[in-house]
Amino acid sequence: MADDTVIGIEKVSKRFGGFVAVHEADFAIARGKFFSMLGPSGCGKTTTLRMIAGFEQTTSGRITLEGKDVSRVPPYKRNVNTVFQHYALFPHMSVFDNVAFGPRSRRTGREEVSKRVRELLDVVRLSQFAERKPGQLSGGQQQRVALARALVNYPSALLLDEPLGALDLKLRQAMQLELKRIQREVGITFVYVTHDQEEALTMSDRIAVMNEGHVEQIASPEEIYDKPASVFVAGFIGVANLLRVTVDSVNGEQATVKFPDDTRVSASSAGASFAIGSPATLMLRPERIRLSMTEPSTKGARLGASVAQLTFQGPLVRTELRTSDGSEIVAHIGPDDDLPALRPNDQVWLTWDEDAARLLPIADERLGGEAREIEEIGQVHFARSDA
Amino acid sequence: MAGAVESAPKRGRFAPYGLLSPGIIWLTLFFLVPVAILLRAALSDQPERFVPSDLDFTWKWSNFSDGLDRFGPQFLDALRNALIAAAIVAAITVAVFVARRDLWHRIRVRLVGALVAAFFATYIITSTIDGWGDHFQRSFLYAGIATLLCIAIGYPLAYVIAFRGGTYKNLLLGLVVVPFFTTYLIRTIAWQTILFDEGPVVGFLQDVGLFGDSDRLLATPGAVIGGLTYNFLPFMILPIYVSLEKIDRSLVDAARDLYSTPARAFQKVVLPLSLPGVFAGTLLTFIPASGDFINAELLGSPTTSMIGNVVQNQFLVQLDYPTAAALSFVLMAIITIAVLVYAKVLGTEDLTG
Repeated sequence: MADDTVIGIEKVSKRFGGFVAVHEADFAIARGKFFSMLGPSGCGKTTTLRMIAGFEQTTSGRITLEGKDVSRVPPYKRNVNTVFQHYALFPHMSVFDNVAFGPRSRRTGREEVSKRVRELLDVVRLSQFAERKPGQLSGGQQQRVALARALVNYPSALLLDEPLGALDLKLRQAMQLELKRIQREVGITFVYVTHDQEEALTMSDRIAVMNEGHVEQIASPEEIYDKPASVFVAGFIGVANLLRVTVDSVNGEQATVKFPDDTRVSASSAGASFAIGSPATLMLRPERIRLSMTEPSTKGARLGASVAQLTFQGPLVRTELRTSDGSEIVAHIGPDDDLPALRPNDQVWLTWDEDAARLLPIADERLGGEAREIEEIGQVHFARSDA
Repeated sequence: MAGAVESAPKRGRFAPYGLLSPGIIWLTLFFLVPVAILLRAALSDQPERFVPSDLDFTWKWSNFSDGLDRFGPQFLDALRNALIAAAIVAAITVAVFVARRDLWHRIRVRLVGALVAAFFATYIITSTIDGWGDHFQRSFLYAGIATLLCIAIGYPLAYVIAFRGGTYKNLLLGLVVVPFFTTYLIRTIAWQTILFDEGPVVGFLQDVGLFGDSDRLLATPGAVIGGLTYNFLPFMILPIYVSLEKIDRSLVDAARDLYSTPARAFQKVVLPLSLPGVFAGTLLTFIPASGDFINAELLGSPTTSMIGNVVQNQFLVQLDYPTAAALSFVLMAIITIAVLVYAKVLGTEDLTG
C-alpha cells in the first residue's frame, strides 16, 4: 500500500488569518487512480489542490510526493502539473508553444520537445490545430490543450481544478468520458477537484468528500453513495431522505429504530456506534423506496404516508410523501413500477429492502445545522445537476 | 419584442457615427484645420521680416531646405542617432523572445526590412538636402533617452503597483498622478530650484566629492533629459500598469507550475503580455518629448536646445512663420516614420493574438 502512494497528505492544515480552510486532512492518493475531491464551494478542496501544486504552503502537516516531503518545495520544482479552472493558456503563444512550455522550461532538446508535443496533441486529438492561438479555439479544444500542456511533462500526478466548470452540459459530459479515456491511456494519477457530485461519481476511482475544511469520507463512488459516513455526505451526493429517529436496540451492525409515532424499522448501523435511546438519522435513497396501495403482506420495513406532490421528470416521477408524524419523504417511481396513477392525498405504503436503510449519527455539532437543511442542499443540488 | 429586434439594426447603423461625431468635429476643428493653415504657411513667402501677417502662398518648397540648412549640417547624425535609439529599444524587446522560434524569426525579418527601408529613406533625403539641424538630433536623442529611462523607472513601479499593490493599489496610482495637480511649467521650474548651482543636490555632490567646484547640473543635457523623464513618467506608468493589471494571475501560476522559475515566468509570460502597454507608453512619452521645448528652455542652455525651442523661437520671437511651419512638418514626418517603424517591429497583434 505504501509503495503505491503517489501523494501523501499527512495531517495537513491551512489557515488564512483566522479562517481554517483545511483542517488536518490526512489521506493518501494511490498511483494510476482517478481521485476526486468533492464538496461545496469553500470546503477546502481547491486549497488542498493548490497545496499539492505548491501555490499555497501548508500551515501544519506535510505533503509527500513520491515519498519525498515537498511541503516547502516551490511549484516549479514539483513534478506535478495543474489544469486550471479557466485553462490559463498563454494567449500570446500558439497551441504548439503552449504545450512545449513545460519541456522547454526544463531545457529539453528541440527534437525531443517536438516529438513529445506532437504525441500529446495526438492524444487529445488536436494535431491539426498546432499553429493556432488559444483564442481561435473553442472552449472544449482549449480544455484539451490545457490537458496536453500538463501531460506532456509526464508528471507524477495531474491536478485538475474544476476543469469542466466553464463548459456547457453536453460538452461537459463528452469531456468527462474523454478525460477518463485519456487517464486510462496515459496511466497518470489524476487528482480532480469538483463541486459536481455527478461528475465525481462518473469518473472517479476514489472520492474524498470535503466539507468546511474537513474530509468527511474517502471511499469508492459506490460506497460513498450507498454507505455515506455522515449526514452531510448522504445529503450532498444525490438525493437522500434524512429522517429523525430514536435508536431502539443495536445488535452488531444492525439496529432497530423508532419513528416518533412508534413505528419500528431496522437499519444498518455499520461504521458508527449508537447509544440506545439516543436520536439518530435514518437515510433512505428515493429510488430504493417502493410504493404500494395496500399494506404489504411481507414482513419487514413499512411506513404509511400520504402523497403530497407528484412531479414528472422524464425517466422517473418524483413523489413527495408525508408520513403521519409530518416527516417528508421523497420517492422516485419508475415507469415499470406496478402502480395505478397516483394523485395527491392518496394513502400509500412505503417499503424498502433492509440494506437500503442506513443509520447515521445525527448531524454533528460542527455543522450546527439540522438534517433537514442538509437534505435541502442535497435536493437543490440534485435539481441543478439534473437541469 | 419582434419589432424591437427588427428596428435595432436600423438604429444601429447610424449609432457608431453619432458616437464618433464629437471626436471627428473636435479633430477637424483643432487638428486638421490648424494643420492646413500650418501647411499653407510652410509653403508661403514672407516678403518682410518680422511681419508674418501678410504671407504670399507661392508653393515655396525651398522653405523646407532653407530652414533645415540654417539649423546645422548634421542631419545624417541626427537620423543615425534616432535609428540607434530605436534599434536599442527594439533589441532589448527582441532579446526577451529568444526561445520563440517562429516569432523571433518574424521579428528578425521585420527588423532587417525596417532598417534597410530606413537606410534608403535616409540616403534619399540626405542626398537632396545638404544638412539638417543638430536640434533635431538633440530632440530625438534626448527624447529617446528619456523614453528609455521612463521604461526603466516606470515598468518596475507599474509592476509593483499591479502585482504587489494589494489594498494600496488605488492610493499608489493616485500618487503617480499627483504631480499633474500642478502645472507642467511650475513642475519644471521646481526642478530648477532643485538643480541650481547653489542648490541642495549640487551641494551634496560637491560635499561627497563627486562634483568639483565648477561642475553644475542645471544647463546640462542631463538636466533636460531628467526633466523630460520626470514630466512624462506618468504617461509611461499608466499604460504599463493597465496592461499588467489585465494579465490573468493564473497564467503566472501556470508558468510556475510548468517548471518556470519566477524569472522565466516573468520573461516568457508577464513581459510579452505587457508589451502593448510599453508600446503605448513609449508613444505617449517619445512623441511629446521630442517636440517639447519647456524642459530645454528652463533646465537647459543654448547648447541643449531642442527642435521645439527652434520652432517656438521662429514662431513667437522671430515671427518667421514659414520656417517654423516647415520645421514643424519635418518633425511630424520624422515622428510618423519612426512610429510606423516601431509599430511594425513591435506590432502588438503578434503579442496578444
